[in-house]
Amino acid sequence: MRWITARRRRPLFGYAAVLLALVAVGMLYAAVTGVGGSTASAGSGSSSAQIAEGKDLFDTSCSSCHGLDAQGRSGVAPSLVGAGAAAVDFQVGTGRMPLKESNAEAAQKPPVFNQQQIYAIAAYVASLGGGPAIPTDQQVSTAGADAGNGQSLFNANCAQCHNYSGAGGALTDGMYAPALTNATNRQIYEAMLTGPEAMPVFNDETLPPADKRDIIAYITQTRSETNPGGFSLGRVGPTTEGLVAWLGGIGALVLAALWITAKRREERTGEITDNR
Amino acid sequence: MSDNDRDLEGTPAERQPPHRVIGTPPPAPGILTDPERGDGEDGRKGTTPYGPGEAEAPELAELPAENPNPVSAKNWERVAAALFIISALASVAFIAAYVGLEIGGDTKGNVVVATMRSNMGLGSAMALAFLAIGIGMVIWVRNIMPPVELAEERHPMASPDEDRKAFAETIIEGAEASQITKRPLLRRTLIAATLPAALAPLVILRGLGPQPGGNLRTTVWKKGTRLLVYGTNQPITPADFDSPGGMITVVPEGYQENDEALTKATAIIIKMEPGQLQIPTRYNDGADGARTLLNSMNWTVDNIVAYSKICTHLGCPAALYEQTTQRILCPCHQSTFQANQGATVIFGPAPRPLPQLPITTNAQGYLVAQSDFQEPVGPSFWERG
Amino acid sequence: MSTDNERLTIPKPLAKQAGDLDDRFHAAKGVRTLLRKVFPDHWTFLLGEIALYSFIILILTGIFLTLFFQPSMSEVVYHGSYTKLDGVRMSQAYQSTLNISFDVRGGLLMRQIHHWAADVFLAAILCHLLRIFFTGAYRKPRETNWLIGIAMFTLGIFEGFLGYSMPDDLLSGTGVRIAEGVLLGIPVVGTYLSFFLFGGQFPGTEFVVRFYIIHVLLIPGLLLALVSAHLFLMVHQKHTQMPGKGRTNANVVGQPMYPYFMVKTGAFFFFVFGVLALLATFAQINPVWEVGPYTPTAISAGSQPDFYMGFLEGSLRMFPSWTWDIGGHTIAWDVLIPALVVPGLIFTALGIWPFLESWATGDKSYHHVNQRPRNAPTRTAIGMAGITIYGILWLEGANDLIADHFQIPLYTTTEIARWAIFIGPVIAFWATRRICFGLQRRDASMLSHGVETGIIQQLPNGAFVELERPLTEAEVAEIAAPPPAPTLAITAREVDDNGLPEPALRGARGKLQARVHEIFAEGISLAPPTNGHGNGHGNGHAAVDGGSERAAVGGAGTPQVEDGDATGDGE
Repeated sequence: MRWITARRRRPLFGYAAVLLALVAVGMLYAAVTGVGGSTASAGSGSSSAQIAEGKDLFDTSCSSCHGLDAQGRSGVAPSLVGAGAAAVDFQVGTGRMPLKESNAEAAQKPPVFNQQQIYAIAAYVASLGGGPAIPTDQQVSTAGADAGNGQSLFNANCAQCHNYSGAGGALTDGMYAPALTNATNRQIYEAMLTGPEAMPVFNDETLPPADKRDIIAYITQTRSETNPGGFSLGRVGPTTEGLVAWLGGIGALVLAALWITAKRREERTGEITDNR
Repeated sequence: MSDNDRDLEGTPAERQPPHRVIGTPPPAPGILTDPERGDGEDGRKGTTPYGPGEAEAPELAELPAENPNPVSAKNWERVAAALFIISALASVAFIAAYVGLEIGGDTKGNVVVATMRSNMGLGSAMALAFLAIGIGMVIWVRNIMPPVELAEERHPMASPDEDRKAFAETIIEGAEASQITKRPLLRRTLIAATLPAALAPLVILRGLGPQPGGNLRTTVWKKGTRLLVYGTNQPITPADFDSPGGMITVVPEGYQENDEALTKATAIIIKMEPGQLQIPTRYNDGADGARTLLNSMNWTVDNIVAYSKICTHLGCPAALYEQTTQRILCPCHQSTFQANQGATVIFGPAPRPLPQLPITTNAQGYLVAQSDFQEPVGPSFWERG
Repeated sequence: MSTDNERLTIPKPLAKQAGDLDDRFHAAKGVRTLLRKVFPDHWTFLLGEIALYSFIILILTGIFLTLFFQPSMSEVVYHGSYTKLDGVRMSQAYQSTLNISFDVRGGLLMRQIHHWAADVFLAAILCHLLRIFFTGAYRKPRETNWLIGIAMFTLGIFEGFLGYSMPDDLLSGTGVRIAEGVLLGIPVVGTYLSFFLFGGQFPGTEFVVRFYIIHVLLIPGLLLALVSAHLFLMVHQKHTQMPGKGRTNANVVGQPMYPYFMVKTGAFFFFVFGVLALLATFAQINPVWEVGPYTPTAISAGSQPDFYMGFLEGSLRMFPSWTWDIGGHTIAWDVLIPALVVPGLIFTALGIWPFLESWATGDKSYHHVNQRPRNAPTRTAIGMAGITIYGILWLEGANDLIADHFQIPLYTTTEIARWAIFIGPVIAFWATRRICFGLQRRDASMLSHGVETGIIQQLPNGAFVELERPLTEAEVAEIAAPPPAPTLAITAREVDDNGLPEPALRGARGKLQARVHEIFAEGISLAPPTNGHGNGHGNGHAAVDGGSERAAVGGAGTPQVEDGDATGDGE
C-alpha cells in the first residue's frame, strides 16, 4: 500500500489508476452478463436447452427494444412473434442487430454474437410464434443452379434497389439498399425470405427455392467475376465513366497539350546552354 | 498600390526577377521576330514588319537549318530514337498478343479472364506504341527542330469595294438575263412547282409506322386473365402470397414474352398488413362522358393490391418498393407513389398515380384481373385527356 | 547560316511527280501558302484537336464495329461464350455485342476505345466551347464557325445517344424508353412521332435498325461536312491568337505548318489515340454483359445516361409534378419543360450569344486577338452562371448515386437542386464579376508599378522596401487590354448638344440596350504605360483610380496610347 501511495503523485499514476478501474469494471460486467463466455450447447440438437440459452441472450440484448416477450414496442422495434429463425439469423448474423444507433436504417457491422448464440436466439424467437426457418446448406447451395434464369429474375425483382451488379442504391428518407458484396448465400436467401427493413418479402411460394438459388448463383458469380475491360469503376455505370473521361482522359490530354506548347528553356531564360 | 515605388537599379543580370505573368510564350530571342534584326551579321533577314499589309506569306524568310544547340539536339535525338524503337516493338507486341492470346470459343479456361488478358495485352501494346511515337515526335519538335517564330499578315476580310460592286453587277446581270424578274407568271408557277416537291418527302415518312389509334389507351389485360409471376411464369393464389410486405412483378398470362404488351401491361402486386390498405375511391373527371372509377378497395383481394408497374412519368418500371413506408419509388427520376393509398404521387415529377389493376380470384383460387386498367397506363400523351 | 552546297535539293523523281501534279492542278502557290501557314501556340488551342482526333478515332473504331455488329431486334436465345447468360432471351443486337466483346479478338478493346472516344469527344467539345467563349474567339468574323460548332455539339450528343442505345441493353434501353416517353408527351403530334420512329408500339422491332443507319451514315456524314467547313473557315480566316509581344490584330505569330505544326498535331493525334487506348485497357466502360438485355419489365437502381445527356436527366428529376388536363387533352409540363424547353433554351442561348453580345457592347469591329477572360468581366460572369446552371442539372442527374455515396437523404438532394438552380447562377455571376474586377485591378497595378522582385533593400533611413521591376515589353503586351472599341458614344443618360438623347437609344429597346451596354462595359481599362519603361507614375494612376469601376464609354479619361500596335483594331 505504501508502495502505491508513495507514487501517487507521479504522472503515470493517473493512467494506471484509470486502466485498473476499466479492467475491473469490464471483468465485473463480463461476469454478470456472461458475454463472451461459452454457455453450452452444440447445434440444434438439444432444443429446449438451446431455447433457454436463446431466451437468456434475448433478455439481455434484445428485450430492451423488442420487449421481454418480443411483442415489440410501438415506434421503437417491431414484434418478433412470427418473424422466424431466418430473420434472426440474418439480422444478428450480419451484425445489424443488436442496433447500435438509431439511423434511418440499421447498418451492417461485425456481429456481436457467435454462430451458436445466434442459433440459440433464433430458436427462441421461432418458439414464440413460428415463421420462416433457417435455410439448410442444401437449400442455399448454388451447385447446378441456372445463373441465366437468376439474371432475369434478379433484374426483374432486385436490380431496381440493389443495382444490376449488386452495388446497392439509395431509397427514400436516408434508407438504402446495401451492396451485395459480402452477403453469404444463406444471408441472401434469408433476406429474400424475410424482407429485412424496407426490403419486400419474397416468400417461398411466390419465389420458389430453386429460383432463389438461381438468383444467389447469379449474385455470387457476378461479384466474383473478373472485369475484362479493366478496372470496374464501381460497376455503377456512366456516372463514374464520365468522371474518368473528364479527369483521366481530358486531364491527361490537357497535360500533353501544356507540354507540347510550353516555352522552351531558351525562351524563358534567354540563355542557350550546351548541357541538359 | 504599393509603397515600393522603386525601380530595380543596378540589378546584376544573373539575378533574373521572377516572372509572374502567365501568357503565351514570348518570342525566342535572337530569332526572326525581332524587327530590329534586319540584315544581321548572319545574313538572315527579319520577317515582314508588323502592321497591316497585303502579303500572305513572308516572302524571303528562311527557316533556320540548324539547331543553335547541337549538343543538346543530339542528345534529344537519341531519346526520340529510343522512343520510336519502343513504339515499333510495341506494335510488334500488339501483333503477337493478337495472335497469341486466345479468347472466346478457343479458350480452355475462364472466358472472362481470357478476355481480360487479351484486352490488357492488346490495349497496353497499342497504348505504348502510340504514346511512345507521340512523345518522340514532340521531343523532335521541341528540342531537335530549331526554335522559330514567324509572323504572317492577315489580309482584310472584307473584299474591296470594286469586287463587291462587280459581284452585285453579276447578280443583277444574271437576274436580268434570266428574265425571271420580268416574268411574274414564270416565277410564281415555278415557286408553286417546288412547294409540293418539298412537302412530299415528309408525307412519305408516314410509312414509317402505323398510326397510334387507340393503342395507347388499353392493355392486354382482360376479365379473367391470370396473373403470372414474372420469371417463374407461375400463377399465384392469395394463400401463396400471404407474407405482409411481399411484392412481386406479375404479367398477364399468354404475354410473358411479348415485349410490346409488357411495356404497358406489367404490374406489381403488394401484400399489405391488415388495416394498412386505405385506397380512396377515386373517379376521373368524366371530361368526355361518363365518370370512370379509377381506384377502389373492391379491386383488392385479401390485402393484396395490384398496380401498373409502368411509371406515369416516362414509362420506366416503377419497381422499388419500401415495405416499411409502403412507398413505390421509380429509380429513374424518383417519382414516389404511396402504395397503400392508391399509389398517389407524393414526390417527384410523375403527374398521376399508378393505375390500379382490378383483381379478384377465379374459381381455382388464382389471382385474376377483373378487367383491363380503367385508365391509360404509362406516360402522358396529348390524346389522353 | 548555310552555304549552298550544304542545302538539300529535291530528288528528281519527287520533283517530276510534283511537276506533273502542278501541271494538272495549278497547285504550287496555293500549297506553298498552306505549308507556310502560321499557327499560333497556346495549349488551349489544342482542345479542338482533341475533339477532332477523337472523331477520327470514332470513325476508325466504328468501322471495325460495323463489321461485327448486327443491328437487328430479332429475339434469340444465347448460347455463346459468356456462359453466365446461357439460355437468356435477348435481341440479336445484344448478342452480337456480347460476341464482339468475348469472341472477336480485339473486339472488346475496339468497343471500349469507341465508347471512351465518344465521351472524350463530347468532353473536349465542351472544353473547346468554353475556351472559345471565355476568350471571345467567337466574335466577328467567326460567328459562323461558332454556330457550326454548336451544331456539331448538338449532333454529337444525339450521335452518342444513338450509339450507346444500339446494343439494346437494360441501361440504354431504359434511356430509349424515356426518350419515347418524351416524344409521347409532345402536344398534337407526339403519339404519331413515337409510332413513326419506333414503327409502332415501344419497343417494336425497328428502332435498332433505324438508330443504326442514322448513327453510322446520316450523322457522321453531317459531322464530316460540318467539320470540314469548320476547319476550312479556321484556315481561311486564320486562327486567333492570345495577346503578346508582336501580336497584333493584323498578323498571326507562331510556327509554320510545315514542318512544325504538322509534327505537333500528328504527335497530338497519337497522344489522343494513346490515351484512349490506355483508358480502354485499364478502365472498363459500358459492360453490357453485367447489365443484361433490355426488357420493359426491369430497371436498375442508379440508371444514368452517358454524361453528355446528364443535364437532361437532372432537369427531368428536379422538376415537380405539373400537368394540365384540358378539353380532353393532356399537356405534360413535367416532361415538356425539362426535356425540351430547357435544352432548347440552353442551345438557343449558346447560338445567339455572339449576336447578343455584339448588340450589347455595340462592338462591330474585327477581333483576331483573344481576350483574357478577366478583361470581359460580364461575359465571363455570364459564362460562369451558365456553367453553374449546367452543372447543377448535371449533378442532379446522378442524385441517387450522390445520395447513396454521400449519405444524403434522397429527396434532400432534389430539394437542394431546386433551390440551387435559381440561386447558384446569381451568386456565380456576382462572384465571378468581382473576381474579374479584382484581377483587373491587380493587372493595372502591375502595369503602373511593376512587379515585386522579392529583393529587399534597406534605405539610408533604415526602412526596408521591396524593389519592383517594370514589366518587360512582352509582359506588358500579354496583360494590356485595349480600351473598349468606341461604341454607343452617347448613352441614353447622356445627351447631345441640343439636350436630346441619341436617336438609336430612345424607346424601350434602346434604353434596354443602353443599360445592358453599361453592364458590359464595366471594367478596368488596362492600357499599357505610355512611356514604355513602365515607371508608371502619372498616367498609370489615372487608370487605376478615377475611372476605375466605370471605364468611360468612348474613352474620356482613359489615357490614349500612342503605340498603335498593342491596341490596334486591325481594320
